[in-house]
Amino acid sequence: MLKIEGLTAEVDGKPILKGIDLEVPAGEIHAIMGPNGSGKSTLSYVLSGREGYEITGGSVSFNGVDLLALEPEERAAAGLFLAFQYPVELPGVGNALFLRTALNAVRRGKGEPELDAMQFLKLARERMKALSMPEDMLKRGVNVGFSGGEKKRNEVLQMALLRPKLAILDETDSGLDIDALKIVADGVNALRAPDFSALVITHYQRLLDYIVPDKVHVLMGGRIVQSGGPELAHQLEASGYASVKAA
Amino acid sequence: MPAVTETIETVQSVTEGTYKWGFETDIEMEFAPKGLSEDIVRFISKKKNEPDWLLEWRLKAYALWQKMEEPRWSAVSYPAIDYQDAYYYAAPVQKAKPKSLEEVDPELLRTYEKLGIPLKEQAILAGVEGAGETPADGGRLPVAVDAVFDSVSVATTFKARLEKEGIVFCSISEAVQTHPELVRQYLGTVVPQGDNFYAALNSAVFTDGSFVYIPKGVRCPMELSTYFRINAKSTGQFERTLIIADEGSTVSYLEGCTAPMRDENQLHAAVVELVALDDASIKYSTVQNWYPGDAEGRGGIYNFVTKRAQCRGKRSKVSWTQVETGSAITWKYPSCVLLGDDSVGEFYSVAITNNRQQADTGTKMIHVGKRTSSTIISKGISAGRGQNTYRGLVRVAPTASAARNFTQCDSLLIGDQCGAHTVPYIENRCMTAKVEHEATTSRIAEDQLFYCRQRGLSEEDAVGLIVNGFCREVLKELPMEFAVEAQKLLQISLEGSVG
Repeated sequence: MLKIEGLTAEVDGKPILKGIDLEVPAGEIHAIMGPNGSGKSTLSYVLSGREGYEITGGSVSFNGVDLLALEPEERAAAGLFLAFQYPVELPGVGNALFLRTALNAVRRGKGEPELDAMQFLKLARERMKALSMPEDMLKRGVNVGFSGGEKKRNEVLQMALLRPKLAILDETDSGLDIDALKIVADGVNALRAPDFSALVITHYQRLLDYIVPDKVHVLMGGRIVQSGGPELAHQLEASGYASVKAA
Repeated sequence: MPAVTETIETVQSVTEGTYKWGFETDIEMEFAPKGLSEDIVRFISKKKNEPDWLLEWRLKAYALWQKMEEPRWSAVSYPAIDYQDAYYYAAPVQKAKPKSLEEVDPELLRTYEKLGIPLKEQAILAGVEGAGETPADGGRLPVAVDAVFDSVSVATTFKARLEKEGIVFCSISEAVQTHPELVRQYLGTVVPQGDNFYAALNSAVFTDGSFVYIPKGVRCPMELSTYFRINAKSTGQFERTLIIADEGSTVSYLEGCTAPMRDENQLHAAVVELVALDDASIKYSTVQNWYPGDAEGRGGIYNFVTKRAQCRGKRSKVSWTQVETGSAITWKYPSCVLLGDDSVGEFYSVAITNNRQQADTGTKMIHVGKRTSSTIISKGISAGRGQNTYRGLVRVAPTASAARNFTQCDSLLIGDQCGAHTVPYIENRCMTAKVEHEATTSRIAEDQLFYCRQRGLSEEDAVGLIVNGFCREVLKELPMEFAVEAQKLLQISLEGSVG
């Protein structure tokens, strides 16, 4: 699914990623943990193609395609989805219109027929129900006036509609209470399938109680310094990142 | 930010090729001699077989104009205009009224086809008798159209049907012949001849435009619209529109405008007068898409327009909605004089300036009657090297007790070489009045673009989506049929390289 080899990247001439090697096979969920400033968000932006990050070396292959050669919208069409740490507000743009435009853009990319407004509404209502989202969230501006929890649920709703092959969740758990956390986790777990993979970026082990990863990687100083099973997350929670440094 | 740089490039790549309405129709035309003089004023009046009082009215305006100076207070700059180097009258040569599509000049037909007006309506527009009397296909509510080609109205549709309701909808030249008493009673009562430099010029040489009269208690059963087209070279267009809504009547009116692409600048100086009596309501929408000039600022229309409404009656209401995407220079302040108690004025505006376009636009709300209220929503979008100024006046007279105004001016910047300016004037002489003003300026942020692109939208679609979201409050005021058109226009105006 995803294969990262020797990836290095810098921002404003300052190296942030210093040689990342990571492989996520199809059907697996991997967690990336690490302290602030370790390069977690940079990794998610580099993978999704945000401007302002200069790739200085290495390669990323996504289902056999050179991911780094694609525009952000082409990566989305290829099945890559980023759940933002800070979802962006689009004033005046109706959430329903935005979701449908995005869904149809991705469907076009896959060669699937576009959905009309009625078909879309039916699908969206179904998915929203599963996420305990009130229907009026479709009518409001994209993320405008949404609470932190609503914004994150809106991200998961988009993911549930777009059905990506690889989802990157960038600290989706931050700012969520325990109920919202469960809803978000259920949303991700519902997507679990042999052709779906996820990269869950988080600070805390808490989210990983609900989304149980196949592997956990520790990112520090722009490198993956340790990898292991789900038990590694518990170990970090108990003894902190300092213990990894020592090891 | 690189993403923003790319957007600027996208926007800058708007070139001549993207103005789809820039063609010229090769058609037999009749011109007045070039230049402006008393003789030309007489020539135009004679061409239109006008009564003496109207000729005298024009000559008075001409005399006033000669003593006036071109206003220079707006935030637009342009080389001096040589008023003697233009034609003030140009009309397609028309023989007897055509009886079928075959008899209509094929060049005129092709023009309407290119402008995207469907065949059925082409028959209507070209003035084929009877063609306008059956509803358009699909049961869609028909829109009555007055088509003005350079200096004259070539056709008005659905006239007979409207006449059944007592509604008069025709060209103003025709109204002078058929309803002289109404024209004489109202012409120049909202915008007097000497109101300003361009209004005086218009009053002297106005050639055509639309006339609407809605009788007491009548709700106009369809949208009325006028389609203005400048075609001839070196020609100014000076149209004059007069709309009167009698007591308790309601009307919605829309105007659209296009012009060929030319290296020269052409002058468009219109005057629009609206009168609303007791309990009457007028909704006036404009989609202005005159040729804006090329990327370097060559050519384009100078759009110097005076639009004013008088809410004379109690509880009367006038609503201006404008989407301004064209013209090299726009100088325009659709206004409401709120005389009647409890009358309401509204102004909803989207103005886009791209490349070297300049817009100085806004509104004037003059509160005189008690409990009058006004709302101003202005959305300015600047891209390329465009300069966009909102200039608005809210004046509350001592008589306007408990008057209210709410103003909101939002500016959106795309790129770093454009400008947005907001110049609100507030003159309140009434203790019980309430006047509110809000203003914001923002940019299309890199994170908004990236968010959209990560969801699969192309950069251009993302810009279109964000801009349309920004303008939503105004676009929703447009009649349905035109709202979709306007949305597309916004996208095209900003996105040169597509389509």
